[in-house]
Amino acid sequence: MRAILASWTLVALMCCLGSTANAESGQTAATESLLARLPSANLRETATLVGELEQSGGDRMLPLFQIMLDGRLYSRKSDDALVAVTQPPTGDWVLTDVFTGASLGTATRREVSKVRVNNRLRVQLREAIARIQLNAEDAGARLAAVDTLFGDLNDSSAALLSERRDLETDDKVKGAIEEALALYRLRSSSEPAVQVAALNVLAESLNTEVRYAVEQLAAADSAAALPVRNAARKALTRIDSNLEFYGFLEQLFFGLSLGSVLLLAAIGLAITFGVMGVINMAHGEMIMLGAYTTYVIQLLMPDHIGLSLWIAIPAAFLVSGLVGVIIERGVIRFLKGRPLETLLATFGISLILQQAVRTIFSPLNRQVASPEWMSGSLEINAALSITYNRLYILLFALLVFALLQLILKKTSLGLNVRAVSQNRDMAKAMGIRTEWVDAMTFGLGSGVAGVAGVALSQLTNVGPNLGQSYIIDSFMVVVFGGVGNLLGTLVGGFTLGVANKFLEPMTGAVLANILILVFIILFIQKRPKGLFPQKGRAAND
Amino acid sequence: MTESRSMLRLSGREGTLFIGVLFAVTVLASLANLVIPEDSFLHVSTYTITLLGKYLCYALLALSVDVIWGYCGILSLGHGAFFALGGYGMGMYLMRQIGDRGVYGNPELPDFMVFLNWQELPWYWYGFDNFGFAMLMALLVPGVLAFVFGWLAFRSRVTGVYLSIMTQALTYALMLAFFRNEMGFGGNNGLTDFKDLLGFDLQADGTRVALFMATALCLGGAFLASRYIMGSRLGRVILSIRDGESRARFLGYRTELFKVWLFVYSALLAAVAGILYVPQVGIINPGEFSPLNSIEVVVWVAVGGRGTLYGAVIGALLVNYAKTRFTAILPEGWLFALGALFVYVTLLLPHGIAGWFTRRFASKSVKEAAA
Repeated sequence: MRAILASWTLVALMCCLGSTANAESGQTAATESLLARLPSANLRETATLVGELEQSGGDRMLPLFQIMLDGRLYSRKSDDALVAVTQPPTGDWVLTDVFTGASLGTATRREVSKVRVNNRLRVQLREAIARIQLNAEDAGARLAAVDTLFGDLNDSSAALLSERRDLETDDKVKGAIEEALALYRLRSSSEPAVQVAALNVLAESLNTEVRYAVEQLAAADSAAALPVRNAARKALTRIDSNLEFYGFLEQLFFGLSLGSVLLLAAIGLAITFGVMGVINMAHGEMIMLGAYTTYVIQLLMPDHIGLSLWIAIPAAFLVSGLVGVIIERGVIRFLKGRPLETLLATFGISLILQQAVRTIFSPLNRQVASPEWMSGSLEINAALSITYNRLYILLFALLVFALLQLILKKTSLGLNVRAVSQNRDMAKAMGIRTEWVDAMTFGLGSGVAGVAGVALSQLTNVGPNLGQSYIIDSFMVVVFGGVGNLLGTLVGGFTLGVANKFLEPMTGAVLANILILVFIILFIQKRPKGLFPQKGRAAND
Repeated sequence: MTESRSMLRLSGREGTLFIGVLFAVTVLASLANLVIPEDSFLHVSTYTITLLGKYLCYALLALSVDVIWGYCGILSLGHGAFFALGGYGMGMYLMRQIGDRGVYGNPELPDFMVFLNWQELPWYWYGFDNFGFAMLMALLVPGVLAFVFGWLAFRSRVTGVYLSIMTQALTYALMLAFFRNEMGFGGNNGLTDFKDLLGFDLQADGTRVALFMATALCLGGAFLASRYIMGSRLGRVILSIRDGESRARFLGYRTELFKVWLFVYSALLAAVAGILYVPQVGIINPGEFSPLNSIEVVVWVAVGGRGTLYGAVIGALLVNYAKTRFTAILPEGWLFALGALFVYVTLLLPHGIAGWFTRRFASKSVKEAAA
């Protein structure tokens, strides 16, 4: 009870006094006097003051420096108190306390005067902030601080960094500090031995600034001593080969990411085509329906983007699966044994679905928001970063694949599906309701396409033509991988995805696409049944 | 087998009727445009003549699809590619005919090349200022493409839906390629702004009527040639391949050769259609390669009734007339209607309009015979 009372008193005190002076923000007297001189100082004096403030105030000065850097530091004319100013688009300026952030009411433009900052001061402030942050708790903040200082160290900041290096426990930060120091030694020292040693450290760096510095030393016309130049050349080759390696990894990742998209788009098709021998030209529209389901669910719950995505997955499965079952029962069932007619009829359905979406949602593309955990990227090092959305979709595709395999291998539905796909007549003779299996298979394949649509909505815009752009590619994957074989689809999808991304830098995106198509056309000549053909008598019709 | 033979005989009688109607309409429409004065009620406007010419080009394209789909069971979803290649051949000739009358006034280079800062004509544009050479190439390129593709596909016995998907991929790949500016075919915009053909102004009524008549002539010729082929022993073999390819092979026929040559013949018909199409419409662009266009042709044939030749023509005319009307009145509804047409025809009208008619007449005559 007493504690609560005491804290209330404290809050009340701060409210009364906080508006008049900074004395209660817990600054020492020395800092306080420095702060008091800030409003009336000229630019040169400000620079000195900032240095002294850093000395005496330490990390408590961080908000002050940040506000100053942002150009939001003002002094109130009535009492010379320092305030942080936010300028709303209209009305009076809002004043807050620099250190506590407490509100200090509003003021007009005339009642405050700005603490002026020039570019030199900004550099100084940035460095001061970096120095303070070097001692921050969070390793990420420390790394950011090193990055800020990286290219332009001076004697004092270099000394600071080497001090920090000995204390540093995080490997990543330590490595960055080593690099920064090595670059500093390389630039400041004129002794070949020091420079060569620095170059040996820098050879493992992926920083563009380091590469530039090394490249200049290695250049034929550089003024550096011969051993330094040779070491620089060696370091440059090393850096370049490292960069190339990470570039390769990045391309591989892009390829796998494209492959995962192709896999998601094609896997439903592989099921329907493999089991029923039916070409479903409306398959792309099932993907589109899934994407639009995501969009609608997001409209319904705009405040829970992340949750809406989780709800969208089963919802899209149901919507697309239901439409699939309706198509199977309403049209495809009557076209048994006439695959070409089925192809035409389902194409007609795809046109109808596209136009329906265009009429309902407008022909324009719709943006589906990504939840926070899907945006941003995982930075492995300076040369390689992986965007989260692609990473998650890759994992998601593999998960869907594993689930489908499980359904096909371990459930009674899967058993029936496999039986029908291997020999329809025999399965019928054994008492399997092939009609029912067909409907369920088609529903499953379409539902999976819908789930693919949810994933795709995170990568591209959602529009009526979304499905069309994937249909030919997914056919290629299925045909390439071999019909009636999910593993073939997996291998086919990733192969085509990776091949496409590795061709792209050489030929450009469009030509890469064309080359892949031509390759598959030729491949089919050699192996008409795909990579993994179905074995046994069922395959010979 | 008996059914197909009876259908063949029927198509003989109705085919003659078809040729007669085509001839009559062509002559009457041309006369009505050229001779009858403009304010007369019976005058046919040049716009209508061009529209008719366009429809007849589509009809020829549909005929080419019917030849392989209706008679040989090869469903090509990429015939638009041959059509567009023929069209591009004609377009290149027309482009060279513009000469220095283009926007940039360059006597050698077409406008889009000047725009792209190209200094000289790419090698594959050489010779296209010569009409004969251009026409030869407009037929040769699609023909060779069809031969290579068909030879590769039929030799390794790619059939059914696989083949359909492959043809679709073919036209899709070509579309992507022609969309590229670097290809030297005008990229996105294609070839357009044509001025004259063999020295005749393309905008003149006389040229339009002549093009229309030429199209009608080609369609009639293609119809007669196809009917002759299908009625011959060669046609019988082709029909037998459609109905049972393995059996035909076991009887000693090299089915893949028959298929390849029929495929090339069909591609050439499509190319002719493209050649005639471009000067009448006045533009050729990569959109013609789009898979949707090719698959629409298949629907024309399905609506008209495949395996009858004249059915394909009827289907092409009817669907395109419907499209013209529909897109004018209710542009949103066209894709609904087209989609529904796909489903309706495959489900309920498997033999198309022609099949429906012959059935009715056949059953009537059977009844009469019974009575």
